[in-house]
Parts: sequence; C-alpha cells; structure tokens
Amino acid sequence: MKTKNFLYSQKVAPYVFVLPFILSFAVFWVYPLITAFTMSFQKITATKTAWVGIANYTKLLKDKVFLIAVANSAKYMFFTLVLLIPFPMIFAVLMDSNIVKAKGVWKAILYMPALTSVVISGTLFRLMFTEYKTGQMNLISQALGFGTYKWLKNGWSGMLALLVLACWRWTGVNMLYFLSGLKAIDTSLYEAADIDGATPIQKFFRVTLPLLKPTTIYVLTISVYAGLAMFLESYMLWAGNSSPNNIGLTIVGYLYKRGIEKNDMGYACAVGVVLLIVALIINFAQLIMNGTFKKED
Amino acid sequence: MAKDKHRDLSHSPSHIVKSVLGTGFFVILCAIIAFPILAGLLASFRPGTELIRRGLAIDLNPTTMTLANYKYLFGGNADSIKYFMWYKNSLLITLTSVVLTLIICYFVAYGLTMYDFKLRNFLFTLVIATMMVPFEILMLPMYKEIIKLHLIDTYAGVIITGLCSASTIFFFRQYLSGLPKELLSAARIDGANEYYISVKIILPLAKPAFASMGILCAMGAWNAILWPLLVLKGAEKFTLPIGLNTLLTPYGNNYDVLIAGSMFGILPIFIIFLLFQKYIIDGMTAGAVKG
Repeated sequence: MKTKNFLYSQKVAPYVFVLPFILSFAVFWVYPLITAFTMSFQKITATKTAWVGIANYTKLLKDKVFLIAVANSAKYMFFTLVLLIPFPMIFAVLMDSNIVKAKGVWKAILYMPALTSVVISGTLFRLMFTEYKTGQMNLISQALGFGTYKWLKNGWSGMLALLVLACWRWTGVNMLYFLSGLKAIDTSLYEAADIDGATPIQKFFRVTLPLLKPTTIYVLTISVYAGLAMFLESYMLWAGNSSPNNIGLTIVGYLYKRGIEKNDMGYACAVGVVLLIVALIINFAQLIMNGTFKKED
Repeated sequence: MAKDKHRDLSHSPSHIVKSVLGTGFFVILCAIIAFPILAGLLASFRPGTELIRRGLAIDLNPTTMTLANYKYLFGGNADSIKYFMWYKNSLLITLTSVVLTLIICYFVAYGLTMYDFKLRNFLFTLVIATMMVPFEILMLPMYKEIIKLHLIDTYAGVIITGLCSASTIFFFRQYLSGLPKELLSAARIDGANEYYISVKIILPLAKPAFASMGILCAMGAWNAILWPLLVLKGAEKFTLPIGLNTLLTPYGNNYDVLIAGSMFGILPIFIIFLLFQKYIIDGMTAGAVKG
C-alpha cells in the first residue's frame, strides 16, 4: 500500500511520466554521443580496439576525399538555403493573398513530393537525369540546342541534379511553414500600413518579413542541418555510395563509406564529430546573428 | 481562416487579371512538381526494359501501354511474394512504431506540461538538445550498441531507438499546454488519481494532437531508410524502401517490379494524406510559428 501511495502522489507522478524519456535519452542519445567521441580517438578493427589519440583527426585534415565531401556538403547546404528560403517564402505570400483560387488543391500537390520515399523519388530523378537522349533533362537541353549531356557524370550537373531533387521535395513543405507563419501575423498591421499608403512591396519588407522572422529562423535551422547531413539523395541518384570522381559524395556519405562499407568505425566517428561541430557552429552563428539570445524589446 | 488583407476588389477587371496570373502561377508550379510522379506512373505501364533504355520517356501511345508490370507484381511469383513480404514488414513496423511512439510521447509531454516539478525545465531543455544533434552522427555508435543488445536484424532494433521522438514530445507539449489546468484540480477533488486523469480525462481531449502526430510518425516510419538499412540484414526482414533499393542493380533486370512496386508503395501514404491533410499540416507547422 505504501509504494502505491508513493507512486500515486503528485510529487512522484511527473517523474513516472517522464521516465521513458530519461531512459531513452541516456541509452540512445548520451551513450552513443559519448561513444562517438571516444571512438573517434580509437583505431577499431574486428579483433581489437586501440587508442590512437588525435591520429584520426590529423589524418582527416589531409584526406583529400574527405575535403571533397565537405566541399560538396557545404555547396549543397549553401544552395539549398539560397533556393529553399526566399522562393517558398514568396510563394507563401502569393498563396496567402486573395488573388489565388483553389488553394487547397495547390497546397496538396506541392506537398506530395515530401510523402514520397527518397528511394522512389531518387530513382525517378535518376531516370530523368539519364545520359540517354530520351531523358527529360536531355530533351530540354536538346530543345535549347545544346545536345545531350552526361548529367550524373560531371561535377556541376551532378550538384544541379541534387539541388533540383531538393527543391522538388522541399519547396512545398517550406511554403507551408511560411504560410503558417503568415497566418500568425495580425491583420490590423496590414490595415494600418494600407492607411499609411504603403505599397505591396513596402508591406512585404516592413511588415511581413520582420514578423516572419521566427518561421524563417526555424526553416533556416532545419535547412542547415538537412543540408549538412544530406546523404540518401546522393545515394539514390547514383544508385549506391560511389559517384564518378566523388561528385556526389557528402560528409555523411563518407561517414557511411568509412564506417559501414570499410568497417573503420573510429575514423568514421571522427568524420561524425567534425560534422557535429560544424553544424553547431553554423547554428549558433546564425542564432546570434538573428539576435535570438538578446532580450526581446 | 478568412482574412481580408486587401480591400474587396474581387469584381474589378484588374483583380480578375491578377487572379488569373496568380492562380496560373500555381498551376504551372504544380504541373512541374507533379511531373516526376505522373511520369513514373505512366512509365509503370510500360515494359521495365524500356525504363533502362529510355528513362522516364513520356509516351502516351495507348497501344503500347500494358498492365504487365502490375500483373507480374500481383502474380504470386517469387518477386511478387518478396515484394508483398516487404510491404507487410513495412506495415508492421509502421503500425507498431506509431502506436508506441504516440503513447510514450504523450505521457512524457503530459508529465512535462501538467506538473510543476524541479527538473521540468531542465528535462525540456534536454528534449530540445536531442534535436540539435543530427541522427547521422549517432548512427554508428548506435549501430554497435544495437549489436551488443542483440537487436541487430530485428524489428525491435529498428523501432526502439526512435520511440522517444523529441519533435513528437514537443508537439504534444504545445497542444497540452493549451488545455486548462483546472481540469486536473477538479478531477483530483473528485478523487481521481494522477494516472486516471492522464488517461481518462486529458487523453480524449488530445485526440487531434494524436491524429496529427500519428500521421506524421507513420509517414516517417513508412519512408525511413537509413536506420532500417543498417539494422536489417536478411532480405526476408527488409522494409519496402530497403527492398526496392536492392532491386536497383546495374544489370537492371528488375525494373518492372521496381517501377510498379514504387508506385504501389506510394499509395498508402497518399491515401492517408488525402484523408487527413488538415492534421498533417497542423502537426508539421506547429514548431515553425512560435519558434
């Protein structure tokens, strides 16, 4: 009876409720995170594990393939930010205006790509970017008079394929994020701007843009992470983890290659730690630039 | 939500022109977005060998279109049996992980919202912290951990690591904090205990949140690739995306199953989406407004 009363008390109940989180946090977050750090200082083979200090990291800095992967991930992240924040934002503003009819239909269609597994969408895009003359990209390029091109065998066009796939998948999702942000803006602000004679452009830059800031920061944050951690899109576009001259290799792709394909877990974990540090630095930098840590006026 | 940001000009000629342009823009955008899926759908009615030779070539000639791929997919042959085994595995994993994730995350969020206790803010900060580390970094140590726990090549191994999903807890917490706390004190006066209140009084009120999160979790689980790819080793245990991925060989002898199977694999998620569209958008955008 005593234990029952104890468990049923208002003081203890919250701890019972959050217990699964504490367990999962310890076992599937703290433990693997610490292991990732410790493993990154080890040389791990099938038979033994040895401490090697910072050898993995010094090797990484000189590893040309790793530097290619970092450059690819950085480029990909940069371009997804450029393409997947301003355009979805403008589309959302347009969608939110009273000049667009049948909004529900467009929203549903624009969201469809996000429902599709990367295995399927990656395959579809690989077929569209094929080097044969009947592929969609080559049809376009021939219509423009450039002839056929080996899209997935050259650096710039491989990156283009990845970006087209990213835009296809995330434009609708990001637009929905911005739409929900727009719904939260008080309409009286637009009325006040109307009275002051503001043009639509002025309203966008003076009212919409500043008030969308929380949404923009959210989309920016998830895009930074998704961009840096991209792997499966490349894995599917090139039907596996190897692309010609590593044009599609990303940081996580390299982590997978080293850790799973070559079974060099220690080195792969060093790749992961570098990725984590880069992700955290970028995120803190953008949060500070956006003034998240300052007290709101 | 009807909002009049603009004066009512809906019948003026200039408004009609703008309306045509605005709507026309989305028609074109949607046509571009829908194209790959529609092209894939059309391609699924052509022989698989054509896919390799011609890509997703659009060919509307009805005399050369065929149901052969689908007949083969449902034909009870070895490939068909394999495909539906993957389909069944995906359904099983999706259902189990959705039900368990919802239950666990609801109660965790309930504890974090309905009580004022010492560690509350600290624990909630930890929930947020887990979102700050990309899964891909934890993937390798977790893989070794799952081997040590003897969960490799099991569905439990696929499911267990994601049960306490930070974003689901976060959403439930937002939803629950909108409910009046007086409900709890009233129920306590009536003599209800803490667990009874959480299940019988608050849970029914949170049904919309369950719907939103259930659908989002289902989409995530149905389409998950990276973690199941690591954990599942035997072809008889593969999920649908992992299985389809194995058909992608350079020799391309399975493209008929691949394309028809891919299209049929999108189906359950599309149906759920069309039925519950509103809940999905609510659940997905919950974090984006308040930041």
